[in-house]
Amino acid sequence: MLSFIGRRLLIAIPTILLISIFVFFLQKLLPGDPVLALAGEDRNPEILEFLREKYRLNDPLYMQYFHWIGKALQGDLGMSLRTRQPVLELLGQKLPVTLQLATMALIIAVMIGIPAGIISAYHKGTWIDWLANIVALSGLSVPNFWLGIMMILLVSVKLGWLPASGYQPFFEDPLQSIRTMLMPAFVLGTGLAATLMRHTRSAMLGVLQSDYVRTARAKGLVERTVVIKHAMRNALIPIVTVVTLLFGELLAGAVLTEQIFTIPGFGKLVVDAVFNRDYAVVQGIVLCTAIAFILMNILADALYRVLNPRMNDQ
Amino acid sequence: MSVIDEIQADVLPPRRNRIWAKLRNNTAALFGALIVAFFVIIAVAAPILPIPGPAETDWGAVRKAPSTAHWMGTDELGRDLLSRMIWGAQASLLAGVVSVAIALSIGIPLGVLAGYCRGWTDAVISRVTEALLAAPFLILAIALAAFLGPSLRNAMIAIGLSAVPIFIRLARGQTMQVLTEDYVESAHAIGLSHRAIIGRYVLPNIVPPLLVQATLTIATAIIAEASLSFLGLGQQPPSPSWGSMLNTAKAFLEQAPWLAMWPGIAIFFVVLGFNLLGDGLRDALDPRNI
Repeated sequence: MLSFIGRRLLIAIPTILLISIFVFFLQKLLPGDPVLALAGEDRNPEILEFLREKYRLNDPLYMQYFHWIGKALQGDLGMSLRTRQPVLELLGQKLPVTLQLATMALIIAVMIGIPAGIISAYHKGTWIDWLANIVALSGLSVPNFWLGIMMILLVSVKLGWLPASGYQPFFEDPLQSIRTMLMPAFVLGTGLAATLMRHTRSAMLGVLQSDYVRTARAKGLVERTVVIKHAMRNALIPIVTVVTLLFGELLAGAVLTEQIFTIPGFGKLVVDAVFNRDYAVVQGIVLCTAIAFILMNILADALYRVLNPRMNDQ
Repeated sequence: MSVIDEIQADVLPPRRNRIWAKLRNNTAALFGALIVAFFVIIAVAAPILPIPGPAETDWGAVRKAPSTAHWMGTDELGRDLLSRMIWGAQASLLAGVVSVAIALSIGIPLGVLAGYCRGWTDAVISRVTEALLAAPFLILAIALAAFLGPSLRNAMIAIGLSAVPIFIRLARGQTMQVLTEDYVESAHAIGLSHRAIIGRYVLPNIVPPLLVQATLTIATAIIAEASLSFLGLGQQPPSPSWGSMLNTAKAFLEQAPWLAMWPGIAIFFVVLGFNLLGDGLRDALDPRNI
């Protein structure tokens, strides 16, 4: 297993380098001279030249890239123009908030999506299956930022059950923290629940028709045991990897969810950085999410091998 | 013609007819097609419909609830919401279609090239595709839109470029599959040029899965455009867009909840329509479902 992970990490290096090239060249899309933006009102030619030298903008493009990637490899992704904090430090501050939101959303998605998929597959072709499919497709079609707005209107404004916005760190007041995060996590989790439901249904349908399930039934096992012990255990193998791969969707979804519920996390950082033209932060975020996504992919593959030992023979 | 082909010709109608018949018998897909057709018609007919202009303000009718005068109510500047919804459909559908067209026009040639040439060409294109796939779709689109500048055109470019890797990967895989077919080997054997083989055999055979993916990606692109406009990175005021209407509506949730209701319902239905149509097309084009 370790050699498998090591091999995958080695293969990931060129991909990460390509992402870094892409992220570096993103800033070259910006119209105009970046030095003029940095200098603000001060258009003194000497200052402009000083800034060009300082940021190595007189160097050839490939030299600028090597300088940037060299610093990035040492953990220096630049400074935020707005807060004057190192980008990596900013990300470190915001990530725990988003991780809490993402974890709660994932728990909600798993609690809804997997049972719904199993029930739907077991009752294939009946009204239950039909209803579950309609709900799943609706979950995939609802824009989560709209669902968030509607839930604020209903749950917070009309019923007053949960707070409409804000954030409470988990370790300061766990109950209040969960209460504040519940609605955003539900909003973020519904779309994922729909995706999970469809994957679980499809995996369960395959497993329910397999020989070992037929044998289990022929042996006279109770239906509940057949479904839970024999079918579900095997159907869940691909689902575990799907859950791992949902990480990217969770991060992307968090951008909008955090914006609606004013949660000071990673997603809000992206939007604020975009509007403050804090490009170093935007670059850092794209680079870090891409690397994290690659690592999650490797984790998904490794998990799949652990859960399905037949893969190791291939 | 082989014996199997002769039997198939006797028993089964032509493939195109079979696909059409399957699509017609799929109620969900038909429902999806109807929804999409409805939105396309109102978006195209927007200039000739008897509705006020989308930017026409009426200071005497600010934030009015739905009534006979304004079927969907009015917004914070007294603009008719029905009109803005109809014109907003244009922006959403345009964004969906143009983004996917951009993704297809870059993705198909690169995917076919990678699948057909293999070797270094494939290695380079595949590594770049993997790198782009590593960044989550919406984050990539937001970053691109941020660097390109906020406008509907740039949002479409950003969404289109973010969707390119999906089509490269699909076109590459399908091309490699088609190349293993006997008829392609025969085409090579009789000395047809690469261009002729790609044009006559590869492209027509990779269209069905790409069509399904394109339909489903339009749905994703519409949500992405609404998300970018919601964040202020897409359509700019006063031009209407469902996403930017939702952004404005957020500030008036208590006083005028209808402002937030209509754009969301519209996005939901148009995305549902494309999803149902895409699912139906996938079932109809699946050779296992003869």
